[in-house]
Amino acid sequence: MDDAVAVVLFTAVTAYAVAGGADFGAGFWDLVAGGAARGERPRALVDHAIGPVWEANHVWLIFALVILWTAFPEAFASITLTVFVPLTLVALGIVLRGASFAFRKSLFATSQRRVFGAVFASSSVLVPYGMGAIAGAIASGRVPAGGEAGDPWTSWVNPTSIVGGVLAVTVGAYLAAVYLIGDARRLADGAMVDYFRRRATASAVVAGGVAFVGIFVLHADSSYVFDGLASRALPLVVLSALCGIGSLTLLLRPPSRGARLLAIGAVASVIWAWGVAQWPYILPTGLKVSAAAAPQATLATVLVVFGVAAVVIVPSLALLYALDQRSLLPGEGADPGPVGSVVLDEQTEIA
Amino acid sequence: MSALSFSGGGILAVDPVPWARGQMAFTLACHIILVPLGVSWAFMTLVANWRAIKRDDRDALLLAQRWSKYMAVTFAVGAVTGTVLTFEFGLLWPRFMGTWGAAFGIPFAVEGLFFFIEAIFIALYIFGWKRLRPWPHFWTGVPIVVAGIGGTLSVVAANAWMNEPAGFTLNEAGEVVDVDPLKVFFNDAWPYEASHMLVAAYLVGGFTIASVYAVGMLKGRRDRYHRLGFLIPFTVAAIATPVQMAVGDTLARWVYENEPTKFAAIELVPETDSDVPETLLGRLDAEGRVSGGIRIPGLASWLSDPSTGTGTVVQGIDAFPADERPTTREVNTVHLAWDVMVGLGTLLFLLSAWYGLTWIFRRDMPQSRLFLRAASVAGVAGVLAMEAGWTVTEVGRQPWIVRGHMKVEDAATTNEGVWITFVAVVVIYLALAVTVVLVLRSMSRRFRSEHGDLVDSDVPYGPREPRPATAHEAEQAEQTEQTEPAGG
Repeated sequence: MDDAVAVVLFTAVTAYAVAGGADFGAGFWDLVAGGAARGERPRALVDHAIGPVWEANHVWLIFALVILWTAFPEAFASITLTVFVPLTLVALGIVLRGASFAFRKSLFATSQRRVFGAVFASSSVLVPYGMGAIAGAIASGRVPAGGEAGDPWTSWVNPTSIVGGVLAVTVGAYLAAVYLIGDARRLADGAMVDYFRRRATASAVVAGGVAFVGIFVLHADSSYVFDGLASRALPLVVLSALCGIGSLTLLLRPPSRGARLLAIGAVASVIWAWGVAQWPYILPTGLKVSAAAAPQATLATVLVVFGVAAVVIVPSLALLYALDQRSLLPGEGADPGPVGSVVLDEQTEIA
Repeated sequence: MSALSFSGGGILAVDPVPWARGQMAFTLACHIILVPLGVSWAFMTLVANWRAIKRDDRDALLLAQRWSKYMAVTFAVGAVTGTVLTFEFGLLWPRFMGTWGAAFGIPFAVEGLFFFIEAIFIALYIFGWKRLRPWPHFWTGVPIVVAGIGGTLSVVAANAWMNEPAGFTLNEAGEVVDVDPLKVFFNDAWPYEASHMLVAAYLVGGFTIASVYAVGMLKGRRDRYHRLGFLIPFTVAAIATPVQMAVGDTLARWVYENEPTKFAAIELVPETDSDVPETLLGRLDAEGRVSGGIRIPGLASWLSDPSTGTGTVVQGIDAFPADERPTTREVNTVHLAWDVMVGLGTLLFLLSAWYGLTWIFRRDMPQSRLFLRAASVAGVAGVLAMEAGWTVTEVGRQPWIVRGHMKVEDAATTNEGVWITFVAVVVIYLALAVTVVLVLRSMSRRFRSEHGDLVDSDVPYGPREPRPATAHEAEQAEQTEQTEPAGG
């Protein structure tokens, strides 16, 4: 049963990476969109694209954390004790990102929007870097077992963590650019389609390059996970590479339909490759999944909750995405006349 | 709260425990302010929305639409401050989570489901105004209300479990080896605590939102829009208040029977006795005697169990070993917080009664400026009462984090850098709090300056033409002028 819960945990991590990761990636494109005038259209597209979905996407992170601490409490204690610094930065970055995004949407003076936009965008880079660095700390065996603290600095400032952090940022940017092509096309904005197609192509190449370099870094720095990637996880590595190359090919040939699915495939299979490579350890090579697992009844509860989520959450998410993709969630508030014959009252506030 | 009042050591003391407590207390105290809005605002918005569709009520529609826009901001901030708490369980209390995660985590797994539903449907509702049909759009709001209730019941289950831990088996090393998930979730304290917090969410949320419109009415904005904006949330709060008194009273009696140390602190009882007076204010001095305050003879005993009257024996603080009960300072904190909660709750009850009686006899809300002034501070009073109630339950549990099983000092992180994160968190949260208020106010001003126009004029989507006023609007403008003699 602990295997099944580990699979559930990785499913949540994957969902967060391909959904929430892209929301951070959109923040990355926001950051590099240039000055207020030049960056206005891409920023408006970013606002429009992630506005309705980022909070729902964000819940996958909560879900993954809750599964981790409920089903594998010892691993959670070790992780939080060891990578205290990047976790704190990630938490504060999440606050700044989410809050400033909401503020920016609700404010209208350009100077105010610029301040919150800058906070939103820079924290959108900080957070995925921190998460990737934490993943690197775990993968490279720098988080000890037994609810003990590892080194507070070298655990996440090391070659594997740097690769993990950079990879997380670039992969998020890649996913976001690919998604934003679709959003721009939906809004019939040809210029933005080309804009993000160029960026998607570039970030695909960069992400692929980082992953490639990462293989050598892992070879030198994280031998257990490297050996796993080179053996039992090899099919997933190959699959990821194929998906990545496939999506790149589609990106180079407009209209690039299908690039989105292949991009998701490329990212998801990298994450699963990591999981399979460090199997059977949750903290290589000190703590096995089976040893870290909570009592059976707790694991069963987690599985039941996940089953309910599959039945309730997945269709709800599908509804959200479907309505969003059909442009039925165009913005907050309303135009005049949204409720049948009812029209907005214009003078109620005149006092 | 008492976590902030550690003694000695100076500001750079590296003992992580008080800093961890301080940071947890601070972040929870901030987050809990947003909780009532997250839980109950959607309900009040749906009331307005329902009225808008059923009665073709434009004011109600405008209200629902604006509320949903404000909710987008408060929900986003609530979501991220809630996420910080999730991280803090590990960052501040790794030994607690490592030992108890298998049991304590279960309510949070359930809560995760509700949070998911809430996040999904709040997006559908907030962003669905323009293009969804009215009734389907209305129904996308209903799961938010259900999820808000479910989420509250789940989170409080975790807190109740800390007060009344159940549903686990320990081995000799003190490790959790077996768990009964249902007993964890539905622990003995859960029904009382969860209902108390749920009603509090509606009470505080209602008073908070109504207070904004009460201020508007005091400034002379007595149009129908402000009236509705006041009536809907205030009615919800006025119904919740008497319910809360009954629920709170039941909870207090349960605490008397099941958490005697907390109860002794609440009632400021140093020694076990019968005929215990109810002490209003007052404190324990260094010798552990009650000093100051107003004593009502026998009332604490009588309230604890009316069937035995003033003969009811209340256990005193001295009935428990010194290392298993709150310190004198903590006792004083609990007692003061209790007085604040009950005092403010009573005042809010009187305000609700005023409103209710006026409604019964005059079929209208009280119109006097005194009432509006009271209503305009009711929001703050509600928030304070809630903070005080939460202080009672948390500080009253000290020194335990899991009552009878693990002490706070054994649960905290060993990381001596916590004081840095504490400072960083305080700075960021204060900036956040100021910004939230400024943003909400700027939204409100913009709504007003646009004369009810909700369209985001400088967003590149959905530009719109100016529209001549309809006959209905002209009629309403007349009414507004009649009911509103002069601005300000």
